[in-house]
Amino acid sequence: MATTATAVHEGAHDHPTGWRRYVYSTNHKDIGTIYLIFAISAGCIGGFMSILMRLQLMNPHWQFMAHLSTWIGQSDASTMVDAGKNLYNVQISMHGLIMIFFMVMPALIGGFGNWFVPLMIGAPDMAFPRLNNVSFWLLPFSFLLLMISMNVEGAPGMKGFGGGWVMYPPLSTIGHPGPAMDFVILSLHLAGASSILGAINFITTIFNMRAPGMTMHKMPLFAWSVLITAFLLVLALPVLAGAITMLLTDRNFGTAFFDPANGGDPLLFQHLFWFFGHPEVYILILPGFGIISHVVSTFSKKPVFGYLGMAYAMVAIGVVGFLVWAHHMYTVGLSLDTQRYFVFATLVIAVPTGVKVFSWIATMWGGSISFKTPMLWAVGFIFLFTIGGVTGVVLANAGIDRALHETYYVVAHFHYVLSLGAVFALFAGFYYWFPKMSGYMYNERLGQIHFWLMFVGVNVTFFPQHFLGLAGMPRRYVDYPDAYLMWNEVSSVGALISGAGVVLFLYVIYEAFQVKRVAGDNPWGPGATTLEWTLSSPPPFHQYETLPRITGSDH
Amino acid sequence: MLLALGTAAWANGIGHPDPGQIGFQGAVSEIARRIDGMYDHVLMPIITVICLFVLALLAICVFRFNEKANPVPSKVTHNTLLEVAWTIIPVLILVVIAIPSFRLLTYQLEIPKPDIVIKATGKQWYWTYDYPKDQGGGFSFDSTRIEDKDLKPDDIRLLSVDNEALVPVNKIVEVQVTGADVIHGFVVQSLGIRIDAVPGRLNSTWFKADREGVYYGECSKLCGKDHSYMPIAIRVVSQDQYEAWLQDAKKKFADAGNGAPVEAAALKATQKVASAAPVSP
Repeated sequence: MATTATAVHEGAHDHPTGWRRYVYSTNHKDIGTIYLIFAISAGCIGGFMSILMRLQLMNPHWQFMAHLSTWIGQSDASTMVDAGKNLYNVQISMHGLIMIFFMVMPALIGGFGNWFVPLMIGAPDMAFPRLNNVSFWLLPFSFLLLMISMNVEGAPGMKGFGGGWVMYPPLSTIGHPGPAMDFVILSLHLAGASSILGAINFITTIFNMRAPGMTMHKMPLFAWSVLITAFLLVLALPVLAGAITMLLTDRNFGTAFFDPANGGDPLLFQHLFWFFGHPEVYILILPGFGIISHVVSTFSKKPVFGYLGMAYAMVAIGVVGFLVWAHHMYTVGLSLDTQRYFVFATLVIAVPTGVKVFSWIATMWGGSISFKTPMLWAVGFIFLFTIGGVTGVVLANAGIDRALHETYYVVAHFHYVLSLGAVFALFAGFYYWFPKMSGYMYNERLGQIHFWLMFVGVNVTFFPQHFLGLAGMPRRYVDYPDAYLMWNEVSSVGALISGAGVVLFLYVIYEAFQVKRVAGDNPWGPGATTLEWTLSSPPPFHQYETLPRITGSDH
Repeated sequence: MLLALGTAAWANGIGHPDPGQIGFQGAVSEIARRIDGMYDHVLMPIITVICLFVLALLAICVFRFNEKANPVPSKVTHNTLLEVAWTIIPVLILVVIAIPSFRLLTYQLEIPKPDIVIKATGKQWYWTYDYPKDQGGGFSFDSTRIEDKDLKPDDIRLLSVDNEALVPVNKIVEVQVTGADVIHGFVVQSLGIRIDAVPGRLNSTWFKADREGVYYGECSKLCGKDHSYMPIAIRVVSQDQYEAWLQDAKKKFADAGNGAPVEAAALKATQKVASAAPVSP
């Protein structure tokens, strides 16, 4: 680069300002920032939908969704009941897709991954900065397509796609003949391409751009977690892309991959979808594992306990995650031997997950723990993730899943691992790195109130859903027998509390930028040992002009 | 609160949920009883102990290892024995879970020779039941939920249907399930059965109810706007009542024209070639 100092290359070291800084950005920190802003915005939209759903379920006799459909102009007095049912199904589908593809993934991988993987491994930037820009800018357009899908016809005479985030045919083919489903497919194609490009970038960066002396076994666990996640993305997302392309051709070009009347099989889609879908849930949680390891270690002022075990437990989770997909399909009519295999493989995953939980606790054990906001989120994560984990062991048993599959027990389970697991990890990471990213300290008191508000809110929301599931209430239900009313009311109250928590979170960010408490390079003290804390806060636009050398045995 | 998660004895409804219920609906078949037993006596105690154990460890960390109580952190980062222990012990726990789990699974899926075969077809948004001719049937009928405005005092909103499917008590009943348009889910919790109604496939499940009564379930695969409004209702009656009902039903549904009657033998044949028998919508 130095030998061909043309104007174009000079530009790479510019510090563009205004909208150009972000739209044309090739800087990993700026791209990370816009990923985070995007994820928070999408998360607010997806979270708002969940509040709407809980308002409907708080008392189905209110017909909240039916009224909502008239308020937004999708129906009139004669069609509002059916439009309301459809609107509810659209909301659950969009809530799932938004939270997965436009909130958790962009925040953990695009946001924190972009920001901190290069900083932690001592690299000046990502390997492919322009690819990084493309990865981000595919997402808003993907999101736009998803929003458009909600306003075009799906089921006959209805707006939007209401077939669940799993998009099972024939409901997503003959059940939704309108263009809404096509918009969803194209949206996921773009989001998938965005993630695959990002994943390629991370793998290349981590393999080739570690600072001198940083061997793989000295690499921080967050970088490990993003590396494993990137491999999962590269291997899993093309399968989803293939499956939804087959849906697209079934819908529009006369193929019959999933049409039994012409020799296809709807279950083929489920196999393909879950071959992607199960690794996907580890994609959502693994970067969280990485974040929690750093937060626990920092605030305990101790190095991570069992570093190698932690790293290879994630590798094991990633590998076995590809071998368990049909535990989402125990009830479709799989043979006895097939179900036996998937029960066995699924139970195996509990072992490396247990290793992680116990290693976090062992990291805290003997430590000198300061319970700042990030640590509160991390401890909350460990406990709630354990609850979500053990209900996962329950559901792994096909014989028990026979009673609980497709009930609220499953909803409770995956919200404990994702809404209380991945999201708690997100908040832990956000509070942990906010001083580094912005240069300002958040308000500790408000941060702690935010934690307790969310902790109470999500538990009140999701714990009673175990009861509903055991009592047999199916998920994806807009209306339910009156016996389920009480726990649904409790759950809805919890959702409102959580919603208040999110509003407070936005205020915490606002307050921090208003008050401008200068954070300093390392506000967390001697426990924070990774490379990002050696830089200024916020770090310089281009860091590590001279590469750091790693000599000690620190991770 | 965790302890409360699985106690089936908490005034639970049988065949339907009761208000505020926090456990399974009461079991009336051996499968359902074994599911309850596995959950209440194997899984629930184990997961409760694990959660309390983790909670206790965290509590110790919070109280003993906070920076006031323990200003100087230890430097321990490895303990091979501990790491081996927390790998091996979970494996052993999983083995303890797996043995009864596999036994339960085998019991559920190895269908014994049935006394009665009926067929349930999921449609948007109701169920159609077929009773084969060689078992005294030869008719089929639709089972639709009763609208709120037509509910009688004993009916349950969203669960009661116009035509229940009757089966005799203490008889092995095989239910063959398929979907006519999109995928539906055939579930009756008190009988311990759940199987998807997939277009182009004929799935089977079985139960032997040992208590008369009416047992409800709800469609359990998202199937469109009225997914919440297509309940399943199985009424278990004595053999005499069942035979009397068959005679009535034959007359009642003969001229209703609800699709072609199905032979049990024919149902068996299609079951072998699962995806080769498309069901036209």
